[in-house]
Amino acid sequence: MKFLRNTLDKAKHNFEEGGKYHKYFYVYEALDTFLYSPNTTAGAKGVQVRDAIDLKRLMMTVIIAMTPCLLFGIVNVGHQHFLALGQQASMMDKIMVGLMQVLPIVIVSYTAGGIVEAIFAVFRKHPINEGFLVTGMLIPLVMPPNIPLWQVFVATVFAVLIAKEAFGGTGMNVLNVALTARAFLYFAYPTQISGEVWTYIPEGAKVVAGYSGATPLAIAAETVTSGGNAVTQLSGFGAGWANESLYSLQNMFVGLIPGSIGETSTLMCLIGAFILWATGSGSWKIIVSVFGGAYAMGLLLNALAVNPFMALPAHYHLVMGGLAFGAVFMATDPVTAAQTETGKWVYGFLIGVFTVLIRVFNPAYPEGIMLAILLMNVFAPLIDYFVVSANKTRRLKRATV
Amino acid sequence: MSAETAVQEVKKSEPLFSKKNRKLITNPLDIDNPITVQVLGICSALAVTTQMKPAFIMALSLTVVTASSNAAISALRNTIPSRIRIIVQLAIVSLWVTLVSELLKAYVYDVSKQLSVFVGLIITNCIVMGRLEAYAMGNKPWPSFLDGIGNGLGYGMILMIIAFFREILGSGAIFGYKIFEAAGIHYQGNGLMLLPAGACILVGLIIWVQRSINGYREH
Repeated sequence: MKFLRNTLDKAKHNFEEGGKYHKYFYVYEALDTFLYSPNTTAGAKGVQVRDAIDLKRLMMTVIIAMTPCLLFGIVNVGHQHFLALGQQASMMDKIMVGLMQVLPIVIVSYTAGGIVEAIFAVFRKHPINEGFLVTGMLIPLVMPPNIPLWQVFVATVFAVLIAKEAFGGTGMNVLNVALTARAFLYFAYPTQISGEVWTYIPEGAKVVAGYSGATPLAIAAETVTSGGNAVTQLSGFGAGWANESLYSLQNMFVGLIPGSIGETSTLMCLIGAFILWATGSGSWKIIVSVFGGAYAMGLLLNALAVNPFMALPAHYHLVMGGLAFGAVFMATDPVTAAQTETGKWVYGFLIGVFTVLIRVFNPAYPEGIMLAILLMNVFAPLIDYFVVSANKTRRLKRATV
Repeated sequence: MSAETAVQEVKKSEPLFSKKNRKLITNPLDIDNPITVQVLGICSALAVTTQMKPAFIMALSLTVVTASSNAAISALRNTIPSRIRIIVQLAIVSLWVTLVSELLKAYVYDVSKQLSVFVGLIITNCIVMGRLEAYAMGNKPWPSFLDGIGNGLGYGMILMIIAFFREILGSGAIFGYKIFEAAGIHYQGNGLMLLPAGACILVGLIIWVQRSINGYREH
C-alpha cells in the first residue's frame, strides 16, 4: 500500500501547475481520491455541516441497496438458462453462467461511462465526480442478459453524453441517465431488447420441448386478442417444461422468471427499498406512491374491465415487469425526481398510473415503467412549480399587510 | 495612381460581390444560420432527412424558391401596399413552389413522391416568409437574391449534415449506396436515427458544437 502511495506522490508533480501533464490533473486526482481519502479537509473552525455523507458515500449506499438485485439477477440468469435448456444444474453452475453473462455487461457499462466522464472532466476542468457510479450499475440491471456488449457500450456513451453532459453534467440532467440508455436501445435496436430475449440461450443450443420465452406481461397482453382469463393463462404457463407453475403470483414476487438482469425480483427490490429508506438515501414517498398509483389504476381498470387484460387483478401489476425496480431505483433518483415533498407524491403516483396505462393500452410497448418514468422526469419541474406557487398563494392569503 | 482610380470606381457602383454582398451568403452559413441560430424550418429538417437524396433535393428546391421569390418581391417592394403584403408574398412564393414541384415531378419522380407534401409546404416555410419580411421588403433585388441563396445554402448545409448522419447511422448508406455492405462489414442499422427524434437530437448536437466553437453565452 505504501508503494502505491509513493508512486502517486512521485507522479504528482507532473500533474500540478506547470507540470508536463497538467491538462490531465483531474484524471490523476480521480485516481488518487478513488484509492485514498483526500488529505484536504475543512478545518476544525467554521460553519460547515460536519457529515460523512458526501456524493461518493450516497452513491455507495445506493449501490449497496442494489446488490441484492444484482446477486439475485446473476443466479436467476443461470437458473433461467438451465430451465430453458431443460437441464438440472447445481447452484454453482447457475452462478457461473450468470457471472459469465452479467459481469462483462457491468464492466462495459462502467468503462464506457468512465471514458466519457473523464473526457468531459479534462475538457471542462472539473474533478471527475461519482455521478456515474450508480448509473453504471443501473444500466446492466435493466438490460436483457443476452444483449450484445457493443450495444451496451453505445447506449452508455449516448446516455452519458446526451442525457447528462449535454445538460451540464452530474446533478443537472433532466432525464434519468440509465433509463435513457435503455430507451436508446429500445428505439435504436429493438430486436435485441424486446420480444422473447429475456433468457440467455447460447447460439445453437437446443431448448427443451414446449419452451417459450414469453414474459408475464406479453402473455397478459395476448389475452386482449385471444381472449381467456389472464390469471389462468399466467398460472398455466410453463406447464410441461418448467418444473413449477412459472408465473404464479408467488413466483413472480420472488423473481425466478425471465426478464432484465436485475428487475425480476420484487422481493429483492423491496430489500433495496428498505436499505434506501433506512439510510435516508431514497424518498419512501415516491416508492410508496408509485406502487399506489399502479394499484389504483389497476383497480380502476378492473372496474371497467372490457377485456381480459383490464380484468387482471390489480396486485398482479405490482409484481409483473419492472415496476418494483423502477419505483425503487429509478423513480427515486434525487436529481430527476420532483423536489418538493407534496410534489413527490404526485410524481410517484402519476408514474404508477402511466405505467399501467401503457402496459394495458399500448400494444407496441409491453412494459410501461421506462417510458412512464422518463415522461414524469420531464414533468417533475412543472409539478414542483405548481406546488411552490400553491404554497405562495396560501401564505399570501394569510399575510395581512 | 491606378490604385486611386480603382477606389473611386468602387464608390461609383458597388461590385456584384462586394464584401457586404459576400456576407449575405456567408453569414447564414454560420452565425445567422436559419436552422441552428434562428431555429426556423425545423419541421422539414426533421421530416425529409432520413436519406441524403431527398434532403439534397429539398435543400435545392428551397434555395431556388427563397432566392427567386426574394428577388421578385424585392423588385416589387415599392408597389406592394403594405396592408396586403403577406398575401402578395404568398402568391409569388406559391408560383415558384408550383414551378419547382412540377419540375421535380417531371424529372425526379421518385424523390418527389418521397418528399410528398413537404415541397408544397415550402410556401409556408418560415425561412422563405422570414427572409421576405425581414430582407426583401427593404433591400434591392440583387442583394435580396444573394440573401435568398445564402439562407437556402445555410438551410441546405444543416439538412445535408443531418441527413448524412441519419442515413449512415440509420441504414449504413450514403446517397443510397450501402458503404458498409460494399466494404464487407455487417452493419446493424440504428432505428433511432430513422425516427424524427434522431434528427432532433442531431440538430441539438450541431447547435452544441456550433455554440462551443463560436463562444455563445446566454444573456
